[in-house]
Amino acid sequence: MSSDDSFLNIEQVTKRFGAVVAVDRVNIAIRTGEFFSLLGPSGCGKTTLLRMLAGFETPDEGEVYIDGVPMSGVSPHVRPTNMVFQSYAIFPHLNVERNVAYGLRKEKLSKQEEAKRVDEALEMVKLGGYGKRKSNELSGGQRQRIALARALIRRPKVLLLDEPLGALDKKLRTDMQIELRQLQQSLGITFVFVTHDQEEAMTLSDRIAVMAQGKALQVASPKDIYNRPTSMTVADFIGQMNFIEASVGQVADGVAALEAKGLGRMKAHINGTAVTTGAHMIAALRPEKLSLTDSEPNGGGNVVKGRIEAAAYLGDRSHFHVRVDGLDQPLAVAAPDLPFVGDGAKQEGRPVWLTWADDSVILLDKDTR
Amino acid sequence: MSAGGYMHRPNRPLMVYAIGYLAFLYMPILLLPLFSFNDAIYIAFPLKAFTTQWYQQMFANDAMHAALMNSVQVGVSASVLATILGIFGAKAVTRFRIKGVKPVLGVVMLPLVIPPIIMGVALLILLSQMGIPLSLITVTVGHVLICVPFSIVTLMASFEGFDKSMEEAAADLGDNAWWIFWRVTFPMVFPGILASLLLCFTISFDEFIMAFFLAGTDPTLPIFIYGQLRFPQKLPGVLALGTCIVAVTFTVVFLAQWLRGRGPTAPKTEGN
Repeated sequence: MSSDDSFLNIEQVTKRFGAVVAVDRVNIAIRTGEFFSLLGPSGCGKTTLLRMLAGFETPDEGEVYIDGVPMSGVSPHVRPTNMVFQSYAIFPHLNVERNVAYGLRKEKLSKQEEAKRVDEALEMVKLGGYGKRKSNELSGGQRQRIALARALIRRPKVLLLDEPLGALDKKLRTDMQIELRQLQQSLGITFVFVTHDQEEAMTLSDRIAVMAQGKALQVASPKDIYNRPTSMTVADFIGQMNFIEASVGQVADGVAALEAKGLGRMKAHINGTAVTTGAHMIAALRPEKLSLTDSEPNGGGNVVKGRIEAAAYLGDRSHFHVRVDGLDQPLAVAAPDLPFVGDGAKQEGRPVWLTWADDSVILLDKDTR
Repeated sequence: MSAGGYMHRPNRPLMVYAIGYLAFLYMPILLLPLFSFNDAIYIAFPLKAFTTQWYQQMFANDAMHAALMNSVQVGVSASVLATILGIFGAKAVTRFRIKGVKPVLGVVMLPLVIPPIIMGVALLILLSQMGIPLSLITVTVGHVLICVPFSIVTLMASFEGFDKSMEEAAADLGDNAWWIFWRVTFPMVFPGILASLLLCFTISFDEFIMAFFLAGTDPTLPIFIYGQLRFPQKLPGVLALGTCIVAVTFTVVFLAQWLRGRGPTAPKTEGN
């Protein structure tokens, strides 16, 4: 068992399907009342992990603890969890009211009490008065809310959500994200949310576990995942990232001197990364951490000259690919609205200068990808 | 598509073909009621006078009554048993990861292709070796054997037709396997169960060969009718019975279609 305020503990959990290792020795401690996301591309094992929390799959190794109780051998119908399914799994032979009340069978409530609970649950998902509707008369967004009400009416300790917003259109998805977050805050229930949409995970979560090939690569807050990724895979999956090969020179006072391919000498804050002189590492730079000017900047600091290879004007900002001598790939740059972009003038081939701050460089080990 | 579109253009040759086909299919059956009201022992045109005496004769015929009730009894028992076994089989095949499920399923499906006469003889030998006397029960056993494949095929379609996560959702909401079956699986596959019952009953009701081998002294209706054909004066009574059976069959089929239309329909998966 691990740290004191953790509530849902996943310890060394492994699941194999034949020769495929779907979940590989995952350790995660989720806190009470936390909005926790499992984020990763399809096939990374996030849904399998969620299904092991619900009890639909049994771990081959390791153990899941909920509130200190080991869950192996505990059937789904007696676990303190409830799930919102990706397909919503609304029962077509029952109306909205009967769907929402489905999980109340064992509580043996009176008719009035049950109706009250159902009304409360429907109000909670803003579908008050929909009780008598048939389940095949509902829109996708409404089905999603019914699935949520049906799971929450049982007052679970943990709510599991398997890509619940995946089937909704973008506008509705954004609205539901906000509502889901508000609901979680007001109920104070632990949410475990599976998604492949990094923006969604960033918007909703207190903490995120980034998964790939069955492993939990990094478990951290959205801010740390974005600004301090610990591997190239995580850095690449969340947002855009420029990777530049670099060799490490002197390391002193938490700052490493680098000799980076194409960019020359530069400095980087090591931020607790294990860095040794002479090591070959990757210097990673977010596109928006690079500043772009069309005249040579005065003063020192990190600066490199390049040519614009492609430009896209997006109104509030512009995206560029900048070719720098000595680099195999052009650098991706995201700049705010610049005076010389977007008026129809040709950008390709324009000479530009890029500058960046020492502390915006992230040092990573080379992934064996 | 507009009403005058390609698919809706009238096609006269095809229509003639369709009418001819239906006539070929149903004209012989329509002869049954026609001659059953004809006041003559011999089945031949021209028709004589109208009569209901064959129906009176039929209702007075105790042996025919007994045979009919035997067939109903065997049909109901065989269809219920085969459907119960079919539910287990179809659920196992569609819901669980079982090693070697394909060969097992192949063996279960074998009665579909084995001639009933072979099965009848084999069962007769087996039963007599075991010293079990022939009766309606042995007929029922034989009919269950040939009905189970039909039941499994019908029900597998029903089980595959609905989202597995429905049953998981029921488990997640606190139901054990028993409650999941009654509250979700059963209502969802109910049209399939009904279809299986009707199909199995029909198969059993008109099955002749196995019943011929396996029935003891109590004949089922097909065996009784076969026996009656030797006595020309009994034939009009058989026609009257045939007419009644056709009427009941049509009613049942229409009822089944009507029920299907009212059953729980699959949800629309997309759209907001």
